[in-house]
Amino acid sequence: MRVEQIAVFLENKSGRLAEITSILAENNINIRALSVADTADFGILRLIVDKVDEAEKALKGKGFTVGKTTVIAVEVPDRTGGLAAVLDCIQKIGLNVEYMYAFVNKTGENAVLIFRFDDMTRAIDSLQEHGFTILESSQVYNL
Amino acid sequence: MWDTNEQMAADDLARLQLDRLQTMVGRVATHVPFYRNKFKEDKFDVASLAALDDIRRLPFTSKQDLRNNYPYGMFAVPLRDVVRIHSSSGTTGMATVVGYTQNDIDTWSNLIARILTAAGVSTHDVIQIAFGYGLFTGGFGLHYGAEKLGASVIPISSGNTRRQIQIMQDFKTTALVCTPSYALKIADVMMDQGINPNGLSLKFGLFGAEPWSEKMRQEISERLGILATDNYGLSEVMGPGVAGECQHCNGLHVNEDHFFMEILDPATLEPVDPGQVGELVITTLTKEAFPVVRYRTRDLTRLLPEPCPCGRTFRRIERITGRTDDMLIIKGVNVFPTQIESILFDIEGTQPHYNLIIEREHNEDKVTVLIEVVESIFFDEMKKQRTMVDHIKKRLASELGVGVHVKLVEERSLERFNGKGARVIDKREL
Repeated sequence: MRVEQIAVFLENKSGRLAEITSILAENNINIRALSVADTADFGILRLIVDKVDEAEKALKGKGFTVGKTTVIAVEVPDRTGGLAAVLDCIQKIGLNVEYMYAFVNKTGENAVLIFRFDDMTRAIDSLQEHGFTILESSQVYNL
Repeated sequence: MWDTNEQMAADDLARLQLDRLQTMVGRVATHVPFYRNKFKEDKFDVASLAALDDIRRLPFTSKQDLRNNYPYGMFAVPLRDVVRIHSSSGTTGMATVVGYTQNDIDTWSNLIARILTAAGVSTHDVIQIAFGYGLFTGGFGLHYGAEKLGASVIPISSGNTRRQIQIMQDFKTTALVCTPSYALKIADVMMDQGINPNGLSLKFGLFGAEPWSEKMRQEISERLGILATDNYGLSEVMGPGVAGECQHCNGLHVNEDHFFMEILDPATLEPVDPGQVGELVITTLTKEAFPVVRYRTRDLTRLLPEPCPCGRTFRRIERITGRTDDMLIIKGVNVFPTQIESILFDIEGTQPHYNLIIEREHNEDKVTVLIEVVESIFFDEMKKQRTMVDHIKKRLASELGVGVHVKLVEERSLERFNGKGARVIDKREL
């Protein structure tokens, strides 16, 4: 149920993101989804890739500070109101979202929402109870 | 002149110094285990101290020795005879604690009265003391001396510049005591408020507790329209009042009847030639509660051997021109980069890589600590990441006693240096 995500510390300097993506490319690692959170001074890059451990090793080897966390991926139909339904449910259950980002999978039929909750176990249970599809990690890595 | 000692003939002074030195060394040998053991180790016989030159056979005292004896190990009197305790800035365990008997406070007050008099201040003056009051020796040291002199003392303490200026205007302050950078800050705020310093009653400024330059003196004098003098002291020796300038502004007269000074080559610990720069080493001659033998101040200065036109015979030293160690003085607070290192080590659990950048913006010191991110302080959640930065900032501020900015940078982005001083980038131009 849980998907491994890697986070990379970024100073707000030009070219850093490009450097990370080329390191991943050189190591034949595919990026499935990414998001950047930033402040005036620094940013946090979050990545979901097909080969997590290799990505972590490659980036660390190049001197990046890398952290690994788990997130969950919720699949919703790619149509108006798809995200709203999930968020509405989350709000009703009273889950705290630390952060989220989204992407649309290749077929274009479904959107995938990546969530980090403060209480991940409860989030998984309640979202499933409410009938949402939570993707297995292997499904996400190979999307 | 405040008292007649200030004009002592050289041989009278030497006799007085020797007499006081013998008494003092005898006292520390009896009452301070640290010195007793050192003398024993060095096979130094107190009775053999027959001339001032013999001081060179005495052991040195370092800041570390004082720390090792935290808090009261170096006191030469029982606590019941101590009436005041001060402490140098520094984290617990890094700090040094100093004590004063009533006689020490009286001597200290007298020496401050001397320095104030030398700088032009008299019983007719209204003196605004904008040094911090508290464990720092600056505030209380100047305060008691100014009262002894009979000036009207405004114990305003540091900070709140607008209020300082308001009081300066309303109370008709004639003498200002603070750090030189704070004097410029006051001048800046006056300018912002459209206040003309010439409309104030201010005549004298006595500045100390941090390094400054002749250029800064000129700027302060011109902008505030005052006679700006330098004074020097350190808590380990007494606090302010060890040395101070007269109105000729040509270096600081050392109160040699109470402090024996040596200027030594910090590498060889041999005396430098007169007039050459070296480390100032001070032996207290009269301190009762906290006497120190050959205390290595780590401050660099040189002797100015020419007699001073003011008539004081106490020899002068040049303003402190630097340090032999990596101690920084930021907003008047002593900061050692090693303190920052140990705080970061504590938080990160690993040897931290950091740079310390000090700038002077609008006459105020601004400190930025650049810290390389490591996994233990890195989070994927922005909220946690920012909380961590705040946490680091707060710990540094509370343990250093001075506010800092904290900026996280990528791993391996800071230059790797050998030696501690190189982690510091001091951009202040004094």
